[in-house]
Amino acid sequence: MKKLLAFVLTIGLGLLIIFALDANTTFDDFGFANLAERVSTRYITKGSNVDIIFGQTLEPESGPANIVTSIVVDYRSFDTLGEVTVLFISALGVALLLGSAGAQKRMELNFKPNFMLRVGSRALFGIIIMTGVYVTLHGHLTPGGGFPGGAMIASAMLLLYLADDEFRARIKGFKILESIAGSLYVIIGLLGLVVATYFLQNFLPNGTVGDLLSSGIVPIIYILIGLKVGSEISGMIDNFLTEEEAQ
Amino acid sequence: MIMLDYIMLVLSILLLVIAFLAVSEKSLIKSVIFLSALSMLSVVAFVVMKAPDVALTEAVIGSGLVTALFVFTLLSIKKEESK
Amino acid sequence: MIQYAAILLMMIGLYGLLTNRNVIKIVISLNVLEIGLNIFIISIGFVYDGIAPILTSVNNSSALLFVDPLPQALVLTAIVIGVGTTALGLAIVKSIYQKYKTLEIDEVEEI
Repeated sequence: MKKLLAFVLTIGLGLLIIFALDANTTFDDFGFANLAERVSTRYITKGSNVDIIFGQTLEPESGPANIVTSIVVDYRSFDTLGEVTVLFISALGVALLLGSAGAQKRMELNFKPNFMLRVGSRALFGIIIMTGVYVTLHGHLTPGGGFPGGAMIASAMLLLYLADDEFRARIKGFKILESIAGSLYVIIGLLGLVVATYFLQNFLPNGTVGDLLSSGIVPIIYILIGLKVGSEISGMIDNFLTEEEAQ
Repeated sequence: MIMLDYIMLVLSILLLVIAFLAVSEKSLIKSVIFLSALSMLSVVAFVVMKAPDVALTEAVIGSGLVTALFVFTLLSIKKEESK
Repeated sequence: MIQYAAILLMMIGLYGLLTNRNVIKIVISLNVLEIGLNIFIISIGFVYDGIAPILTSVNNSSALLFVDPLPQALVLTAIVIGVGTTALGLAIVKSIYQKYKTLEIDEVEEI
């Protein structure tokens, strides 16, 4: 009875969404989106009348060559601050639920890894960390940025946890790093309020579109976000894999 | 445009089949593997719709971290069951 | 097309959320719902014959036909928040099992 009711409800809701979007004349068909009527033209042309040329335009309104980065970190940077806060709250919740005040040790499972696996994974660890740092640093020129870069750094820590039975990272150092990175993001925003006009304004010079050292505070903020996301997810993985030490 | 429509048709059917299997499977570990496969297919959908940032983020997070968290939860539940 | 598939994916996730009794299956259905939603939001901004919204040395002018970059920025945020939600949900599942020794939501008393 409950399944039939849930089925009818979901089918009804799906049909309602499909018919409402079909009847709406301002909802464009798939693939025929008219960008001239949307706010995205302002983000693409960066508010200027001449075309933005890669490698030639000096001091545009927002520096990054990756337009999605310029939306996430420059035009709508306050939403990214909210997202960083939500991630911090979920990491805090996991630590409160699964941590304990006493000492903790690694969870004991039935399988023991091989000696070659334990040693060989250290070589792969360096390569994954390097990829994560590269993707974070080039967030304003290539796809990527702070969020996948931080997740790659956390994946490297996950590899060490999986390959070694006794490994436990220094969680206290990660927590300090995460707090410092999060506070620095807000402090840079307040610096924008003090030095220039508004909160989180890009007060450093923008440079040429396409250089590595360009677009003001955007690489700095992406480095901070990468460190914060990486240490948060590593802390979450450590909380999942430890248990209370038996007395 | 014709090739793109065929790719999207095949992708849509695969997405729906694997999602239905993930939701209605009785065994828990099979359901988690189907969720990981669904995440990988969504990365293909993002690449076809020309969104490289989103595809990179979903590939790293969906395949590595979320699946690992599910597997660790299942491991600890099995360990407590057998204690 | 892919927008119908995304809406159906959301409805499959919602159906799983309503009818499953195992708490881990509830978290899995929530993830299916979020994947469907992300595909739908990105499909709003797609333009046929558009290119990815990055200025490179090959596509070096801002007058070319780009795909809409704004839904991609929104989905980037949504994916990371989905990870946070899933992690917190799994921590709650582990605590439920430690206290009540069962994973069925019908047998868990005293909310």
